[in-house]
Amino acid sequence: MKKEHNITLKGISASSGIVIGKVFLLKNDDFMPTEEIYIPQSERAKEVLRFQEAIKNARAEMQELRSKINRTLGANYAKIAEVHFLMLEDPLMTQKVLEMINSGSKAEYAVDKFTKDIVKTLEVESDEYFRERVADIKEVSKKIIDNLIGRKDRKVLLENIGENKIVVAHTLSPAETVVMKEKFVLGFVTDMGGRTSHTAIVANGLGIPAVVGLTSITSNVEPNEEIILDGNAGLVILNPDKEVIEKYRQEIKNLDKATEELDKIKNMSATTVDGHNVEILANIENPNETNLVLSMHAAGIGLYRTEFIYFNRSDIPSENVHYEAYVKVVESMNGLPTVIRTLDLGGDKLTESDVLHLEKEKNPFMGLRAIRLCLKYPRIFIDQLRGILRASAKGKINLLYPMVSCVDELDAANEVLEKVKTDLRKENIPFDEDIKVGIMIEVPSAALISDILAKKVDFFSIGTNDLIQYSMAADRVNENVAHLYNPLHPAVLRLLKMIIDNGHKAGIKVAMCGEMAGSPFYTPILLGLGLDEFSVSIVQIPRIKKIIRSVNMEEMKKLSDEVLKCDDSSQIEQILKGIKFSEDIN
Amino acid sequence: MIEKKLIVKSKQGLHARPGALLVQMLSKYKSEVKIFKDDMEIDAKSVMSILILAADCGSDLKFVINGEDEEEVSKELEKFFNSNFEEMIANEKRT
Repeated sequence: MKKEHNITLKGISASSGIVIGKVFLLKNDDFMPTEEIYIPQSERAKEVLRFQEAIKNARAEMQELRSKINRTLGANYAKIAEVHFLMLEDPLMTQKVLEMINSGSKAEYAVDKFTKDIVKTLEVESDEYFRERVADIKEVSKKIIDNLIGRKDRKVLLENIGENKIVVAHTLSPAETVVMKEKFVLGFVTDMGGRTSHTAIVANGLGIPAVVGLTSITSNVEPNEEIILDGNAGLVILNPDKEVIEKYRQEIKNLDKATEELDKIKNMSATTVDGHNVEILANIENPNETNLVLSMHAAGIGLYRTEFIYFNRSDIPSENVHYEAYVKVVESMNGLPTVIRTLDLGGDKLTESDVLHLEKEKNPFMGLRAIRLCLKYPRIFIDQLRGILRASAKGKINLLYPMVSCVDELDAANEVLEKVKTDLRKENIPFDEDIKVGIMIEVPSAALISDILAKKVDFFSIGTNDLIQYSMAADRVNENVAHLYNPLHPAVLRLLKMIIDNGHKAGIKVAMCGEMAGSPFYTPILLGLGLDEFSVSIVQIPRIKKIIRSVNMEEMKKLSDEVLKCDDSSQIEQILKGIKFSEDIN
Repeated sequence: MIEKKLIVKSKQGLHARPGALLVQMLSKYKSEVKIFKDDMEIDAKSVMSILILAADCGSDLKFVINGEDEEEVSKELEKFFNSNFEEMIANEKRT
């Protein structure tokens, strides 16, 4: 049966870029040793030898993979595989498997049976850690069985993949991802995984496009069929027709050309045509991203989201866990500043972490989030502040409190900070005595009293995502009201102007770290409003810089005055679309 | 043969990362080490067995160590259970 054209599957973008290529289907479970064959007494010694040989070979393969990861990505990634070695030679497994072989089972059946039993026992635990270990046990067991039945390892399959392929798999280990880079794989897509899975992180580091979390792509594609992988939009298009392919080819061409152009301005400053300077900084959430930040010549890290530290764990991170993460970042930033935002958990993010075991709130976005949560549970806050302050002795850190809505909250947070500082002094632990403290302006009430708040802090950082949704009382994920979420609503622009002006009156810098700062369309108006710092996702840095380098500051000021007089957002949009850039920008 | 009673103090329990660290530590020694908890008896050098044991924070464990280096193992176990697991994990990451 002929498949329909342009079937579009939506997943999660794990690494950006667009590619068109042929499917390389990496299947998992072609073989299951379910049938029990009786091995007579005389053959059993041979069967034991086969088992031991398979373990030996699996170990050699794993060692090779580990050193490969070590070379390509560094020792921290290799640690991921450490527990596999322990499992491969686990005495419990060895004992049980040998018992089964000695009572007549075939080795592969014994390994499979043992694995199924232990997985069944462990799967009753709901803990994230157990689920990960169950996956490890399955992987190790599969390696042994692969060796026993002489099946080519997936690694071997990947080694012989040929060029210009898009790998499609149920799931991929970080090790397999590394092999792909060496083999010039165009990109990969998987059924499983999320944005913060190890594989996604590795893919990002390698810079190959990837879409994960597609649920069932492995059963929807045939080997060698042509697909389009759009890592920017998180899409996969099956059986594309000529028109769609042509459209994407054009897009790839444009992207390549744009990348080339952007490369040229990488190490230039973010200066307008008439000489006005602003700073572009990077938003990160993972300590491994600093290399990319530096390669993009960012002026620093404008937002380090620390929530990542709280995910994928069953306890509350200790002071040392915080410290380690922050030191890693600041030490690799070569003296450039890092803005560390304290815990911003709650609301949408609460579901991703069950660390705090908080009660479900009816209206989480208006509930116990961020600084409110930290002030209610000071232990969490103190541990993080201690980690941040200790790391401030090792590199330049600015501290940022999220979701402040009134003066009391700021004062209360600063009180905790002062207490932590006093403790550290008593303990003779060094920290930066001049650490700067700023607040996120993302609640309309904070924007409206920004003149008062500006006198009490060292900088502002505007969080547009929340500021817009709280101002408009519209959840942008709710499709019925998403159209109301509009950065160009005159109310939003007035708030931005108020925040920036009040910051400047008090002599402090105003940054923006929301998505609006990273969208090139809004760069001219933000410049015109007087924004000092743009903190954006790493890949957007050169794009924003290019816009800044193509406009005139005086003109943008006039444009913003004009825009602020408009009645509605569609008028404003028209004005922004009419901006003339000094160079051609796609 | 040495018998030793120890309590899991780590908030994460023994099954998580500390379990793997324990196996790595013990595998350097020749002694046979068994853990008894409630009616379970497991080999302490097996990371899979430790997973099955699922010793949460506060669990009472009895260790039975048997072998030529049992004295040393006993001391190391004491040290291991009195140390801060979180710190050990952090140190491990640094190296």
